Amino acid sequence: MHVRVADLTYTYPFGVQALKGVTLHIASGESVAIVGQNGAGKTTLVKHFNALLRPGSGSVWVGDWDTRQHTTARLARRVGYVFQNPDDQLFQSKVLAEVTFGPRNLGFETERVEVLADMALNMVGLDHAAGQHPYDLSPGERKRVALAAVLAMDTPVIVLDEPTTGQDFIGVQRVGEIVEHLKAEGRTVLTITHDIDFCAEHFQRVIVMADGAILLDGESRQVLAQEEILAKTYVEPPQLVRLAKQLGMAGVPLTVEEFTNAHQGWLEASK
Amino acid sequence: MIQLMQVTYSYPVTSRPALREITLEIPTGQFCALVGANGAGKSTLAYTIAGFIPHFYHGNLAGSVLIDGKETSQVPLSQLVQQVGLIFQNPFNQISGTKFTVREEIAFGLENLGLPRDEMEARIQATLSLVGIEDLAERYPLALSGGQMQRVAIASVLAMRPQVLVLDEPTSQLDPVGSREVFAAVRALIVEGGITVVMIEHKLEWVAVFADRVIALVDGALAADGDPQEVLTDETLVGKTIGQTRYTRAARQAQRSGYWPQDRQLPVTLEQAVDGFRESRGTPAG
Repeated sequence: MHVRVADLTYTYPFGVQALKGVTLHIASGESVAIVGQNGAGKTTLVKHFNALLRPGSGSVWVGDWDTRQHTTARLARRVGYVFQNPDDQLFQSKVLAEVTFGPRNLGFETERVEVLADMALNMVGLDHAAGQHPYDLSPGERKRVALAAVLAMDTPVIVLDEPTTGQDFIGVQRVGEIVEHLKAEGRTVLTITHDIDFCAEHFQRVIVMADGAILLDGESRQVLAQEEILAKTYVEPPQLVRLAKQLGMAGVPLTVEEFTNAHQGWLEASK
Repeated sequence: MIQLMQVTYSYPVTSRPALREITLEIPTGQFCALVGANGAGKSTLAYTIAGFIPHFYHGNLAGSVLIDGKETSQVPLSQLVQQVGLIFQNPFNQISGTKFTVREEIAFGLENLGLPRDEMEARIQATLSLVGIEDLAERYPLALSGGQMQRVAIASVLAMRPQVLVLDEPTSQLDPVGSREVFAAVRALIVEGGITVVMIEHKLEWVAVFADRVIALVDGALAADGDPQEVLTDETLVGKTIGQTRYTRAARQAQRSGYWPQDRQLPVTLEQAVDGFRESRGTPAG
């Protein structure tokens, strides 16, 4: 399902203008990372996708729905949003209850709810924790419960707000696998992240935000090499891109595998 | 100086210890990074060093924890907070929620220390500038973005000028340059103020550049303790319980194919990687 944002502005009631005219189109099945400095408007933008916020001016469309015409409860069928801070999201006393709450609320049949909840807990690696209280888990695990609760809703669009925060490297790998799985299923995946190496390895398109506007929007390989523009919004190219550049290698390697190939070519060239 | 001797700790109503027989010494002026998987005991160790355990969390603490030679369990918390500052993982847990501006929020701890007004104002200004949030001084703390709030939480503790600073993933919500700036600011405090730092972090590139020492925990026990390059490339740990930088991964890959200089340690920083790969160009494949 596609998402379309046209001339969107938003000013918080306390006076800060967080979005100053954002236009973008995300095609169905695309995987997009949104990066940019703290306070750039990333979270404010994605909170418009499920009408947690309403446009000050401009519009946001999810498929053929104008978010101004629909409630957050209704948009929950189309857009799953995983909060930055899991404690803003979790409220049940059992992990399983947390994960079945969403799909049950969407009116899915009991059998489907069970299948979806099992699948979601399995994907985040928390099958063993189904009977636990979310607040007995570590912050990193709670974040994964929040992710499972949204995965279980089986929405065509999924928005992840800083999913790697507080995760150890195995957790980050797992989030990467989940993103790959969602991509393979043809879902539209949007992720806000500060982890640029993670972004390089899993997203085909990157949107760079600064000060309530879009600074760059394009293919990851092209965007993540723009060192000077990225610096304006406190972002640096991925580690391997910086390394390749310093070595004077050709190309923009986004993964270790790509770097290894570029390295071979670079060694050949010196002979 | 921080000293732990044979420290074993279990949280209340749990039987499995969260920390197991930890003995270590962190000299004054050292920047020590704490790494390990979720649930390895990193936060628990941070709370223990800061005296939060046993003053706030009771449970079962064995062994001794000394800050400047004094047992933390014997020092009243009101005195301990002037020595040791603790920055929580989630800034929401740090922000008082009772102040209307960032400036007042940073003043909160200083008021509790009973500092004169002039001194407070000077410290607030200096801290705002150190953490790069001068433009947020008059904003409402609870209406800030996650990353901005994290900076305020850091500032509110730094303003108290503790001799020992314990930070639990202080950059988890910060943008990349902001994260590096926090590491650099902590390094500057060590150089200028001679403080001692224990920082839990997953951002290994900056750990490698800024920390003097890396301690890895596995299942509540010390698994490695040493120079960042040595610990962060340790093959028994990386890829199993701790992550590795892309520099290390790329170089390890090159090493497997014989394209990494023979006697050179695997890199953990950009600089080390650049040097190694440059040298590899003169190294025949083996």
